[in-house]
Amino acid sequence: MEDPLAAIRVTFFQECEEQLSELESGLIAMENGTAESETVNAVFRAVHSMKGGAGIFALDELVRFAHVFETALDKVRSGSLEATPPVVAIFLRAADILADLVRAARDGGAVDQARVADVVKAFDEIEGQKEIPGSHEEEMVADPSEAQDNVWEVTFTPYPALYAKANEAALLLRELNRLGETEIKLDTSLLPELLELDPEGAYLTWLITLKSDCEESDIRELFEFVEDDCRLEIGRSETEGFAPGTVITGDNGFKFEFFPPMEEEIEEETEVKVVEKKKEEAAPKPVEQALVHASAVQAMVTKAETANSVAPTIRVDLDRVDRMIDLVGELVINEAMLSQRVLEAGINRASGVAMALEELEHLTREIQDSVMAIRAQPVRSVFQRMPRLVREVAAMTGKQVRLVTEGEATEVDKTVIERIADPLTHMIRNAIDHGLESTESRIAAGKPAEGTVRLTAVHRSGRIVLEVADDGGGINRSRVRQKAVENGLILPDAQLSDEEIDNLIFLPGFSTAAKVSDISGRGVGMDVVRQSIQALGGRISISSRPGYGSTFTLSLPLTLAVLDGMVVSAHNHTLIIPLGAIMETLKPRAEDVFPLDGDLNMLALRGGYVPVVDVAHCLGYSVQHAEPEQSVALLVEGEGGARAVLLVDAIHGQRQVVIKSLEANYRAVPGIAAATVMGDGRVALIVDVDAVVQNAGAESNAHTAELNNLEISGGAA
Amino acid sequence: MEDVVQSLSDGHELIAFRVGRQEFCINVMMVREIRGWTAATTLPRAPRYVKGVINLRGAVLPIIDLAIRLGMPGSEPTARNVIIVVQLSHRQVGILVDAVSDILAANGAVIQPLPDVTSDLVKSFVKGLLPMDGRMVSLIALDRVLPPEELEAA
Repeated sequence: MEDPLAAIRVTFFQECEEQLSELESGLIAMENGTAESETVNAVFRAVHSMKGGAGIFALDELVRFAHVFETALDKVRSGSLEATPPVVAIFLRAADILADLVRAARDGGAVDQARVADVVKAFDEIEGQKEIPGSHEEEMVADPSEAQDNVWEVTFTPYPALYAKANEAALLLRELNRLGETEIKLDTSLLPELLELDPEGAYLTWLITLKSDCEESDIRELFEFVEDDCRLEIGRSETEGFAPGTVITGDNGFKFEFFPPMEEEIEEETEVKVVEKKKEEAAPKPVEQALVHASAVQAMVTKAETANSVAPTIRVDLDRVDRMIDLVGELVINEAMLSQRVLEAGINRASGVAMALEELEHLTREIQDSVMAIRAQPVRSVFQRMPRLVREVAAMTGKQVRLVTEGEATEVDKTVIERIADPLTHMIRNAIDHGLESTESRIAAGKPAEGTVRLTAVHRSGRIVLEVADDGGGINRSRVRQKAVENGLILPDAQLSDEEIDNLIFLPGFSTAAKVSDISGRGVGMDVVRQSIQALGGRISISSRPGYGSTFTLSLPLTLAVLDGMVVSAHNHTLIIPLGAIMETLKPRAEDVFPLDGDLNMLALRGGYVPVVDVAHCLGYSVQHAEPEQSVALLVEGEGGARAVLLVDAIHGQRQVVIKSLEANYRAVPGIAAATVMGDGRVALIVDVDAVVQNAGAESNAHTAELNNLEISGGAA
Repeated sequence: MEDVVQSLSDGHELIAFRVGRQEFCINVMMVREIRGWTAATTLPRAPRYVKGVINLRGAVLPIIDLAIRLGMPGSEPTARNVIIVVQLSHRQVGILVDAVSDILAANGAVIQPLPDVTSDLVKSFVKGLLPMDGRMVSLIALDRVLPPEELEAA
């Protein structure tokens, strides 16, 4: 806490994570051949920034490795090394190691030196680079008097934006000094009188004479991060030599006749290229016009994306955002109440007041959407962890796997993103380990040797749908069935549909792997995946075609702050039942209800029996039991898969509700998960389906377990 | 409780309110706002003095009927009742009372101890008696007004 660097360190590691994902996505684009010329630069920048940051914190190991990596990338950038698939593969391995090094530096721990050495060696081989890692920079700094072929003249005029972005001219000059011997002069001729001085303005120009054997690109690289925020002119000096080591600063009377006028064109270089490219595209043959138009659009999109990736961002405490979301939620409710009151007061809908209210309503909805969008993040951050996982699992299983991801830009709430990473990891491991066949069997089956795992994300009706699909052999139903019988999950003579057999893999205590493998058989099965998905208010399903592969589909709410609920009433109390838990609604008949164990009733449902829970009674709202035929029944399923039928008085429809904690000002209430505020401003309680189902189960443990089995086995009773 | 006594000598103001025929007061610094009664949502299996929860600008606020909490017979709240929203450490709680009666300056007031005959329930809330303009005002501590975590029913 005392260390001021600690906070910066945290930011550094956060930024490293971002750079690493940028690096990974860039490399993947290079691997897939979808890379733009800008991609290599982005990849290079990512490694370069990490190296720079690591230098500040004296993370030597990280700096050394990043340097080797960066040097290789620079060769690709300059065109002296071609990014062939084997080269990109090495880059990907290097990116993995870089990620490990970053994490080791952050959390402590060591990195497998053998792997590091392997990759460093691979770099040496591909580029014939025999340089000792880490020595590069020191050489330059330590020995400035070595061959100085060039004298560079650099004019550096920062714009106010440069300072506004917290860049420091002095640091850049210091960096420049590392390239060689510099003579720095400050031109203050534009500095106005104090009275006219804008404190946030920029008035200074530095004229730097640099003696170094470096290339112009080396100098430009130093200014890479500020190139849009300054005027930078680099030219070769006509005058050879100067008194070395003299640094004059703040010399107001300085005249710069020594320096020939700098050429403007260098500064414009990048832009000129773009214009030329556009010119070429602007004069297409008529036939090709559509095609070229598409590519121009593509170029623009790419440009926009590039611009996007450097768009200024701020880091904000999540608490502040959540507070704002709370307040906006309240604003929406208040606005609705106000509209209601205005209408009740008999004010004409066409009147000015009503129209103004309508405007207000649009505005509030828009504010709500924008505020919710603050928390939303693309699933990219999770998807980007997967290629590495696939590489590792593929290497362990000896299978050839290609990962295809789609819909990385699909946005979902931050908390959801954090909590889908583990289930997705598990499912992808499973897809490779169990889903895909071995290379030989694939070839024998006439399939391509390389298996494909497809990970997609898409928005569908207010939810995010994630799919993990493999083109493997599909689910081996006879083996699954046999396993389920062995584990006592179903009766040997149970009649199950294909779909029912497929869904057996989600049952607790089920694992198809004959032996526990290192990869997916860590005692964690698909039941855990299903539980964690259900805990997020999501559902998981599977479809499988023998010989063609399996597809797991996850459907999740976009945010955990709101919940899709069924509004019901029980004994004059309005309650919300999470929609995710409801399997179906039905109207029970008196003759289908059978008493069991005193208070507990069972409902006959398609050959099975499900315990009946009277919600009003269970929550203590009413001492009497409701009459089943006067009630509406909701078949619900708890997290463990236990089912119950909830009896309520009436269903009032579905709606999205904002989840409010009861514990914040009160305490946990048994049978209630949380609260929400309804459109009329009143609080409604959200039923904790698990607790209610377990409550029913607790009254008759043995029966419930047995009957659940019957339910699964399709009513073998 | 010491806190309350301490603040008296500091010359803080007290807010006085009526519950039944009695008058109570708390340090005005604890009060976040005072609002009219709105219908509360009943909580399952809550003690009888917990009237339920209301929506306070997006937060869920529990409402305690102080009369019942102090062992007096409660009555159905009407629009004339008042909810005093108080801050108790990290929680906010609404206290249902009959009416707010006065703002008192605590300067120079001498807190008189409770007589031995007082019930334990009242003793756990009332910290002393203040003579104010010929009225008896009970200085009350609210930190135990919420039901304890493990308590299931009243």
